[in-house]
Amino acid sequence: MIPSRRMEQGGAIDRAQRLRFTFDGEAYEGHAGDTVASALLANGVRIVGRSFKYHRPRGIYTAGPEEPSAILDLRLGNRHDPNARATLEPLADGMELRSIHANGTAENDRLGFLDRIARFIPAAFYYKTFMWPNWMAYEHRIRALAGLGRVDLSSRATSAAHRHVQADVCVVGAGPAGLAAALAASTRGKRVMLVEAQGELGGTVLYREAMIDGMPGADWARQAERVLRDRGVEILRRSTALALYDHNVLSIVQKDVAASANDERLWLVRAGRMVVATGAIERPLLFANNDRPGIMLADAALLYTRRYAVKVGNACVVATGNDSAYEVALALRQAGSDVHLIDSRPERDIDPSLAGSMRAAGIKLVPATLVEGAGGHRSVEAVALSNGQRIVSDVVVHSGGWTPSLHLYCHAKGKPSWDAVTGSYRPGSAVAGVDVVGAAAGLWDLDAMLRNATEIGGGKAGEAPSSGTGVRQWTAPTPLPAGKSGKRIWVDLQNDVTIADIKLAVRENFSAVEHLKRYTTIGMGTDQGKTSNVNALAVLAASSGREVAGLGTTTFRPPFVPVSMATIAGSERGELQVPIRRLPAENIHRQEGACFREYGGALRPAWYGADADAIARECIAARGNAVVFDASSLGKIEVIGPQAAALLDFVYYTPMASLAVGRARYGLTLGEAGIVADDGVVLRLAPNHFVVSCSSSHVAWMAAQHEAWRQDRFDLAQVFIHDATAHWATIAISGPASKRIVGELGLGVDLDDARFPHMSVATGRFAGRPARIARVSFTGERGYEIAVPATLGAPLWQKARAAGATPLGIEALGVLRAEKGYIYVGQDTDGETLPHDLGMGGPRAKRQDAYVGDRSLFTPAASKPNRKRLVGILVEGKAPIPVGAHGIELKDGRRRSLGYVTSSYWSAALGHPIALGLIEGGLERASAAIELEHLGQRFTGRLVPPCFLDPKGERLNG
Amino acid sequence: MQHFPCPWCGNRAEVEFRYAGDAGVQRPTRTADDAAWAQYVHFRRNAKGAAKELWVHSGGCGRWFALSRDTVTHTITGSEPVA
Amino acid sequence: MNAAKMRYSGWALLREGLAGQTGWSPAWHDRDPAPRYDVVIIGGGGHGLATAYYLARTHGITNVAVLEKGWIGGGNTGRNTTIIRSNYFYPESAALYDLSVRLYEGLSRELNYNIMFSQRGMIEVAHSEAELEMMCRGANAMRINGVDIEILDRDEVLRLAPLLNGDLNCRWPVLGGMIQRRAGVARHDAVAWGYARAADSRGVHIIQNCEVTGFEIERGRVVAIETSRGRIAADRFGMAVAGHSSVLAGMAGFALPLQSYTLQAMVSEPVKPCLEVVVASSSHGAYVSQSDKGELVMGGNLDRCPSYAQRGNFPVTQSVVSSLVEMFPSFATLKLMRQWGGIVDTSPDNSPILGPSPVEGLYLNCGWGTGGFKAIPAGGTLFAHILATGRHHPISAPFDLARFASGATIDEAHAGVAH
Ligand SMILES: Cc1cc2nc3c(=O)[nH]c(=O)nc-3n(C[C@H](O)[C@H](O)[C@H](O)COP(=O)(O)OP(=O)(O)OC[C@H]3O[C@@H](n4cnc5c(N)ncnc54)[C@H](O)[C@@H]3O)c2cc1C
Ligand SMILES: [Zn+2]
Repeated sequence: MIPSRRMEQGGAIDRAQRLRFTFDGEAYEGHAGDTVASALLANGVRIVGRSFKYHRPRGIYTAGPEEPSAILDLRLGNRHDPNARATLEPLADGMELRSIHANGTAENDRLGFLDRIARFIPAAFYYKTFMWPNWMAYEHRIRALAGLGRVDLSSRATSAAHRHVQADVCVVGAGPAGLAAALAASTRGKRVMLVEAQGELGGTVLYREAMIDGMPGADWARQAERVLRDRGVEILRRSTALALYDHNVLSIVQKDVAASANDERLWLVRAGRMVVATGAIERPLLFANNDRPGIMLADAALLYTRRYAVKVGNACVVATGNDSAYEVALALRQAGSDVHLIDSRPERDIDPSLAGSMRAAGIKLVPATLVEGAGGHRSVEAVALSNGQRIVSDVVVHSGGWTPSLHLYCHAKGKPSWDAVTGSYRPGSAVAGVDVVGAAAGLWDLDAMLRNATEIGGGKAGEAPSSGTGVRQWTAPTPLPAGKSGKRIWVDLQNDVTIADIKLAVRENFSAVEHLKRYTTIGMGTDQGKTSNVNALAVLAASSGREVAGLGTTTFRPPFVPVSMATIAGSERGELQVPIRRLPAENIHRQEGACFREYGGALRPAWYGADADAIARECIAARGNAVVFDASSLGKIEVIGPQAAALLDFVYYTPMASLAVGRARYGLTLGEAGIVADDGVVLRLAPNHFVVSCSSSHVAWMAAQHEAWRQDRFDLAQVFIHDATAHWATIAISGPASKRIVGELGLGVDLDDARFPHMSVATGRFAGRPARIARVSFTGERGYEIAVPATLGAPLWQKARAAGATPLGIEALGVLRAEKGYIYVGQDTDGETLPHDLGMGGPRAKRQDAYVGDRSLFTPAASKPNRKRLVGILVEGKAPIPVGAHGIELKDGRRRSLGYVTSSYWSAALGHPIALGLIEGGLERASAAIELEHLGQRFTGRLVPPCFLDPKGERLNG
Repeated sequence: MQHFPCPWCGNRAEVEFRYAGDAGVQRPTRTADDAAWAQYVHFRRNAKGAAKELWVHSGGCGRWFALSRDTVTHTITGSEPVA
Repeated sequence: MNAAKMRYSGWALLREGLAGQTGWSPAWHDRDPAPRYDVVIIGGGGHGLATAYYLARTHGITNVAVLEKGWIGGGNTGRNTTIIRSNYFYPESAALYDLSVRLYEGLSRELNYNIMFSQRGMIEVAHSEAELEMMCRGANAMRINGVDIEILDRDEVLRLAPLLNGDLNCRWPVLGGMIQRRAGVARHDAVAWGYARAADSRGVHIIQNCEVTGFEIERGRVVAIETSRGRIAADRFGMAVAGHSSVLAGMAGFALPLQSYTLQAMVSEPVKPCLEVVVASSSHGAYVSQSDKGELVMGGNLDRCPSYAQRGNFPVTQSVVSSLVEMFPSFATLKLMRQWGGIVDTSPDNSPILGPSPVEGLYLNCGWGTGGFKAIPAGGTLFAHILATGRHHPISAPFDLARFASGATIDEAHAGVAH
């Protein structure tokens, strides 16, 4: 058993609460307030995973979202996260953690041998081999070696709510700069939000020494928080900003929003101003074997020591080239470790008081020296210095400088500029509505950043909190390793990219930053290169003899940290994902035993009853007696006003102005490219009042089309469009007995055929409310369509049923209309169909006035004789030809499609199958016989006019 | 996540709007030749940078308007009713 | 001038492994522009680079420059979701895209560069009976066009993609599907780099950081171009600049039937192999495959408005992710890692434009929109033919710009998946 590394006291953990967890099957204990990472460290666990490519043992490297190595499979109750980041997960009782990439355990990985063949498989080696016989011969084996965690079929994430809010100012990051900005902004009566990834406000001052306004930083932060809360600032804790979108919309993921730790919330905040106070991320130093377990970033070591009371090592080496790691050395020393502080700067460049305080504390400061390499395999054991010295150590912490977190600024298309003095990118070009403050802006002096943040928040510099902390050389360019040690120096730990890999890429001319990234995969891991990108640029510049400033950066691609797909989806799950449209009388159809299916986004009865003959039975009823059909989803677009007739004449291919009041007319609409877009029936209720009844799935498009042309060409005061589809329920009654049945509905309309012939419309009443009755037919039989206010759909239906009508579903309706050759636009037409292809060339030939699509009907292609045209198709035998079968001909020894079957059914009325199709040349083909093919099967068919029943239309009055 | 200023409704989220082509396009008459007609039906200005576009507030008041928008920065510089 | 290249092979890797990987030569050289070339290709994406390669290889024209304003492959070629398929509806399209798939099948060996074409199959899922019927119409068309297509029943689809939601009551139930087994994915960057390397070794000049800023037109003919690196003359100019086609056309004084939109793509964190095929749905437009590295590569519909911002917005991200989570419930626990956008040049009929432009001496390769990665080898072959001969290849002829005026468009827009 490894002795605990938890110190006796200190830290912000709750020692009274003990949390049990397992890692790779071993049981451990931590405390409330721990992260998974701190708990593992406190238990002395060193190897937490294996690296992506070479399966090198890796330990915890950081304490934040930049973690490249400590990615674990996490299970807790029904929660499963296949790629949980140990540094971000609060520890919970009962957590089961596993290393993800090892074949075996992190300690014992059967793939560990890969590291020994590393020299043969450098960056991008796979582009140079695996070509014979082809990639697929190797791919499955390579794939099996890749990937991090494992998806589990049983995994289900809970759903997350989205909140959309607006703010005047949104401050991201609640370190000293963010707090100062929020304090300044909130005094002006503005709506301010403050977003912080941690559970507590304060940022670095929670674990670094700083006095602000005479108080320790942590106390000042608590006081600031009280002030902000009193002023009504909305403070989001445990909330990480993900992406900054157009027009200043920020997405934020918030954890722990409810009792369950599974729940997340996604915020979308639109703010007048974004203040980016996201701080900076420490950069590693580059030395041989700088990836060994036990080697971590200095700031992380400080955090683990001070916040989590973890004694990170006994013999610590602190390596740096800047002042920020001095406090770390001191903290490690205070924790009882033996500490060597190795600084690349010569003694004269080091602040003497700092140096003095180190030595006074018993820290061995070694100036003007670099760490050249680390020894040890499964864990660091010693370091070799450039002065030839070797220091035995169990922990190496390092700081190569700091990189401002400019992700959000860059999402908003800000262009950072290189600052050679600090060796980092700072905000460059101004971005409207976005300010960057604090360390993110490349400011390291606490007083300067408090003043600046206050001013940016809208306050006066004089009102800024003050610290009095002296200016320090917080960051400096990362010192690059000098000699060629021959050992590997890791730049990107997650993707296993070394300096040699970068040099290889440069040698092969992949020296544009994006080429380097893609060729070596540097920065493309789940940490998105937060610790590696700037070092990669420095190495690239050095090895290609260029300046970093001229290299440019790779694009910062959102999100800042990976976020669960369930959280992105939000409530767009299940039924709420593209919600289905429903009929107002759906419940009645359910009672009738309807079988529902989705048609073009609407849920509609396909047929009624469970028996196999349902469709045929409904067809027979329609031709023999009467059927009732719920047509409520058909469009009902009202077109009203003195210019209504002119508008319809323009929108419709079929002229409509000549329609008499009280009459109805079938017509087609086209797009401007001439393609048939919809068909429907237009009713003229009064000289200036029309109702357009279009197909269910085209309602929105048709309404938009009418509105578009109205606003484009007509006097807005003279014509008005209103989509009343949802206001009305429409019940269609059809069949020889329909007149009697409609008569029994008591609508108060004279149904006498002389006064109410086919294609007439009249207004009556039903249940005391207005009802509109049109004599139209979908089936070829006598038919009536009755529209009543939506809530009356159910009673009207029931009354029609009581009078003897059989319910009719969509499937049988499909058969009935096909027997008549009535088309469904979209099914019996395609993206090329022009009106004359459907045998409706009349208006094209006759109309001289303007209508939508007019000129497109006269292009050379529109006039070709061999266009695909609507036909009927008959086959021998009882089996309908499958829909989608193609007519074919042999040409130059190859099959060629002549078009296809668009609708096909068994016709109970005719006793044989029927089909409609679009076939080249249509009925003008030389021969009526046609070969058809469907998925390898052949059929022979005969082309006939596209109307199989009652071509004279006598049944309309039958 | 753009905000478009509808001349009638003010700033609203982009999801409420539908793009409808270049502003200021004239529909040719039937006498146009094939090429001129194709220009109208299919060809677009597709400007990079400052553009004048036709939008419809389909999820709101339903009105069409001309929006001056930069297609690179997505900055909005004006919106006006179409005559 | 031909630059000799070291042959890539497992053997070479072994040898270089022993030698510290120091013997590799540049994959391509950065050249300074010469004052004149036989052919200048504008745009160093897959189409531009492939065109240069085939000009040199097939037509022996090596005095060729490819001008790229940034870094090669940095446009859509390096941003796309790499679906390669030839299941198109119209015979004209099938001829084009199937030529491309066939060229892809031998491309790694031809270029001596592993472009990782993985013919793992692509399934388009049908969510309703009606959709399945429509799918048959397409499937038969494709089979007649000579493309390998099968209709799958529900069980076969679920067997090939076991993580799909098998619940018939979910929003996107699996009722069946259509598969092209020769379809698949490849490594996008490798396609650009492989062509660049092969073209460079045949003497083509690849010139990065060279932006074309204007055309010098004399009596209706382009004689030279202005670039950020000076004036360059040539006999013929070909442009293959995808989302920027209208910008270039504008410089030359004409318009194109194109609109540039942002198309997003996104990847999840890598996971162990869990999806062996490409899965797409035309009902909601979203699709997914798993990269060799383990990431789920996802995409969907265009963003809402024309844009050159190369940056996607949240509503489309949400709709892509939510559709896929509904289709693959266990993906809900995965995390979205990266999201980006490209500028795609959409044409009215979802088909490309190949051939002469209204200005003499300038030729067009554009309009690939959301689906031109799969067409790179064919686009390159055909465009090289056009630039070398000044005439159409039979396969490219139907895709001439003139089709918009004649009405003979090739409307793949209504025929399903667009990528
Ligand atoms: C997110 C996304 C997903 C996609 N998914 C798929 C898919 O799954 N399958 C598929 O087949 N296709 C897909 N596509 C489409 C495919 O990526 C493109 O059609 C294809 O890459 C186009 O290649 P290209 O060479 O024509 O253009 P690009 O690769 O865009 O190359 C054009 C080049 O021209 C350069 N350029 C522009 N202007 C100038 C100038 N003035 N001077 C010099 N150079 C200039 C650009 O910098 C660019 O490098 C997708 C596209 C995107 C954006
Ligand atoms: Zn409005």
